[in-house]
Amino acid sequence: MSSPDRLVYMANQIGTFFRSQGHDKAVPGIADHIKKFWDPRMKRAIFAHLDAGGVGLEPDVREALTSLKQSLPATP
Amino acid sequence: MSLIEEIDYGTPRSKSTTMVTLTIDGNEVTVPEGTSIMRAAMDAGHQIPKLCATDMVDAFGSCRLCVVEIEGRAGTPASCTTPVMPGLVVHTQSERLKKLRKGVMELYISDHPLDCLTCGANGDCELQDMAGAVGLRDVRYGYEGENHVFAKSHGEINAAWMPKDESNPYFTYDPSKCIVCSRCVRACEEVQGTFALTISGRGFDSRVSPGMSESFLGSECVSCGACVQACPTATLTEKSVIEIGQPEHSVVTTCAYCGVGCAFKAEMRGEEVVRMVPYKDGKANRGHSCVKGRFAWGYTNHKERILNPMIRERIEDPWKEVSWDEAFSFAAAKMRGIQKKYGRDAIGGITSSRCTNEETYLVQKLIRGGFGNNNVDTCARVCHSPTGYGLSQTFGTSAGTQDFDSVEDTDVAVIIGANPASAHPVFASRLKKRLRQGAKLIVIDPRRTEMVESPHVKALHLPLMPGTNVAVVTALAHVIVTEGLANEAFVRERCDWAEFEEWAAFVAQPKHSPEATAILTGVDPNDLREAARIYATGGNGAIYYGLGVTEHSQGSTTVIAIANLAMATGNIGRPGVGVNPLRGQNNVQGSCDMGSFPHELPGYRHISGDAVRDQFEALWNVKLNPEPGLRIPNMFDAAIEGTFMGIYVQGEDILQSDPNTKHVVAALSAMECVIVHDLFLNETANYAHVFLPGSSFLEKDGTFTNAERRIQRVRKVMSPKNGMADWEVTIALAKAMGFEMNYNHPSEIMDEIAALTPTFTGVSYAKLDELGSVQWPCNEKAPEGTPVMHIGGFVRGKGKFIVTEYVATDERTGPRFPLLLTTGRILSQYNVGAQTRRTENVVWHAEDRLEIHPHDAEQRGVRDGDWVRLQSRAGETTLRAEITDRVSPGVVYTTFHHPDTQANVITTDYSDWATNCPEYKVTAVQISPSNGPSDWQKAYDEQARHSRRIVPAEAAE
Repeated sequence: MSSPDRLVYMANQIGTFFRSQGHDKAVPGIADHIKKFWDPRMKRAIFAHLDAGGVGLEPDVREALTSLKQSLPATP
Repeated sequence: MSLIEEIDYGTPRSKSTTMVTLTIDGNEVTVPEGTSIMRAAMDAGHQIPKLCATDMVDAFGSCRLCVVEIEGRAGTPASCTTPVMPGLVVHTQSERLKKLRKGVMELYISDHPLDCLTCGANGDCELQDMAGAVGLRDVRYGYEGENHVFAKSHGEINAAWMPKDESNPYFTYDPSKCIVCSRCVRACEEVQGTFALTISGRGFDSRVSPGMSESFLGSECVSCGACVQACPTATLTEKSVIEIGQPEHSVVTTCAYCGVGCAFKAEMRGEEVVRMVPYKDGKANRGHSCVKGRFAWGYTNHKERILNPMIRERIEDPWKEVSWDEAFSFAAAKMRGIQKKYGRDAIGGITSSRCTNEETYLVQKLIRGGFGNNNVDTCARVCHSPTGYGLSQTFGTSAGTQDFDSVEDTDVAVIIGANPASAHPVFASRLKKRLRQGAKLIVIDPRRTEMVESPHVKALHLPLMPGTNVAVVTALAHVIVTEGLANEAFVRERCDWAEFEEWAAFVAQPKHSPEATAILTGVDPNDLREAARIYATGGNGAIYYGLGVTEHSQGSTTVIAIANLAMATGNIGRPGVGVNPLRGQNNVQGSCDMGSFPHELPGYRHISGDAVRDQFEALWNVKLNPEPGLRIPNMFDAAIEGTFMGIYVQGEDILQSDPNTKHVVAALSAMECVIVHDLFLNETANYAHVFLPGSSFLEKDGTFTNAERRIQRVRKVMSPKNGMADWEVTIALAKAMGFEMNYNHPSEIMDEIAALTPTFTGVSYAKLDELGSVQWPCNEKAPEGTPVMHIGGFVRGKGKFIVTEYVATDERTGPRFPLLLTTGRILSQYNVGAQTRRTENVVWHAEDRLEIHPHDAEQRGVRDGDWVRLQSRAGETTLRAEITDRVSPGVVYTTFHHPDTQANVITTDYSDWATNCPEYKVTAVQISPSNGPSDWQKAYDEQARHSRRIVPAEAAE
């Protein structure tokens, strides 16, 4: 499994756990998890993938990444 | 220094709180009700002669040496079997008693060899001591009669004589020296719980018999050493004592094998270990041990140990032995060079769960402070990281909730995905003791482990399909909620009620019932309902779990589900209950506590917290990076991608222990500098450029923290054979990289940890010396530590229920890979086997075998002992089959102790959603008959052989 595919897989896996808590809890839950545990290069790569259309991302995960990207200061 | 000898009170301590006063030899003594007269006398400082009594087992009353006189009572009762009564007046010495005892000893000695001078127990023989104590001067009966002592009597072969049994690699059984006190038999039953020994025959024919008069090795004996410890003569003696002689001093230290953390006395002669004996005051093991800690320490001076630093430019080159300085400057130049070329975040390191807290702390400090990034992770990533996540979400701290003593108050034990009899044997013995007293046991495991059925133990076994833990635990919750068994009062008081209601509604859905999920889990719904009822209503319920819970794509979810279960039934916050993760390695708990994870500083505080970072920055005098670093699997991905090029690995063999070996090989091969710091040229070292020799636990000072959060001292008993303790190596490497860390002794490192970590504020070497050990949190609120967590309330405030939806793993069986492989451990070997394979323990387990059900084997034409090819989507390997119904049809099982098995060539990249803990426990496989090792195994072996070549340093002239 190579990079964006693997990160998309990981992000969707996180999304799956939060799914049963409902959309309103899931989106911030997913965003918080990725913020806390992913190294900057992983975040940069998934945001780049998101910007490129975000193929494969589940809707809640896509929403979480979009909000996370906006909340973080722009990376150099 | 002298030999530490614990007092033997003769009979176990009574737990009664009612006190009784009596008079012994004119002195008033007050002891708990139920205490024996023998123990009460010892309490008062009067030692009554004894042979068959020892306080590790119950009184037996067979030797009649401990007789006493009690005023107003007839005869001379045995003091070991006679309990104290208020107002008794006891005399331990009188003319009558002296005569009786002398007579008893005379009979014993009339059938015992008189080779005391050349005997292995010379200097440590209770029979000799007692002969002295009773003033035995003469044996009137001579040695001509019937005896067990001589091979020949009157020129005839003596049928009563038996030769020595030397089959066990660590101790001998010399029947000619046996006095049939049965202490060994009772130790095997009462302490170890194996029941391997018995007394065969009657009267003069009585013999200690392993199994059905088999050899020790051939019997069910597990070589825990309890019988050797109990033996008062030279009958059962460590071979090392026979060879070396009696030790002259001893030092209390902590075992470096599993997470139980047994305290041992290292009994020494100079700098040579004579034997390791479990320490009676050790609060984790209470004087018991297993075959690994007790006997398997020979690896520390194994010939394959590397004692000189080595370097090489390319992994194809042979190793070159160099000085420490040269190795450090070579490593430092490489690592700094990589950072210059690829950026600050292009290097990282891995701390070891086998090293001390102090060493682990220094490695993460070097990475965060010296490397300037947070690319630090630890082998706990691949075992208990989901425990950290799951328990901190629900309870507010990742800590296991109990101490091991807690099991003495447990009424129902639930073991999920763990096999303590093999992996945490001393805890298993303590649990079995409680089970024999009537506690119930539920085992949730795909395999019929040794815990399911053993002498006097019969568990309710739920044999689930690998990968369905969440479905099973949620089904248990379904039964508890829908049958009204939840402890509502507890939940209302301690937990968030709204969250509970949401959770209860979730688990109550019919789709979570045992009947609905049986098709996935394979568990009989009636058994599952029965288990739920027993756990919820059977008194104190304690859950113990292991890597069968965590090493799944839903590992964290299962931990959360377990926490939900404990909260819903009120099984938290007092002795006898709780959620107890059984940690694999000796210092998994400690390495996690010490900030080994990429996102958190020591004490589990997130690296993004400004206040916490400020504290560390002030003391370390360096700026810290606020972003989390890479986890081990992410490091491998980044290496292949070309952004992570250098790694410092202390005391872990990532190549053998991490999943999908081919992927790890690719990652390591892509790196420009791999530094391995270890005792041996392990598998990872085949891809390393710098080898820094490590020191064993006998060669350094420090602390380990066991599975019950107990911080215990590791004490140096010999100089490091490689010249430097591991903590000194890390300091020197840091210095070469321009990062100064100044400590003269590990105690100073602990002082720094205490200053920076709120749960460790009260910890110091002085306190550990004084109390023996403490369980964190240890601070102003709990100056002597915290045996049981969450008393009166949860660390996070209100306990948090979280819904746990079962999601099938993406690793599925299908036509090509119809079987599920799961992995585990065996008693005699430890983890990747680097230590135990270099001891005599190989006599019990010389190779890993694939367990397969007879039905699956027959379909494939596989016979017991045949070579089989084991193939998954990730790779293939070969090993030999063992046909057994311990596994269900459709499930195969193996251990991973031997590198040539290459079990991790088979395992996949799938991992826990929250922590990336690899999914070792579920791999879809196919097996077929094979002629021998696979091409991959042969190529791997060739590479390893090639990579291990060493060119010795040239003499400087």
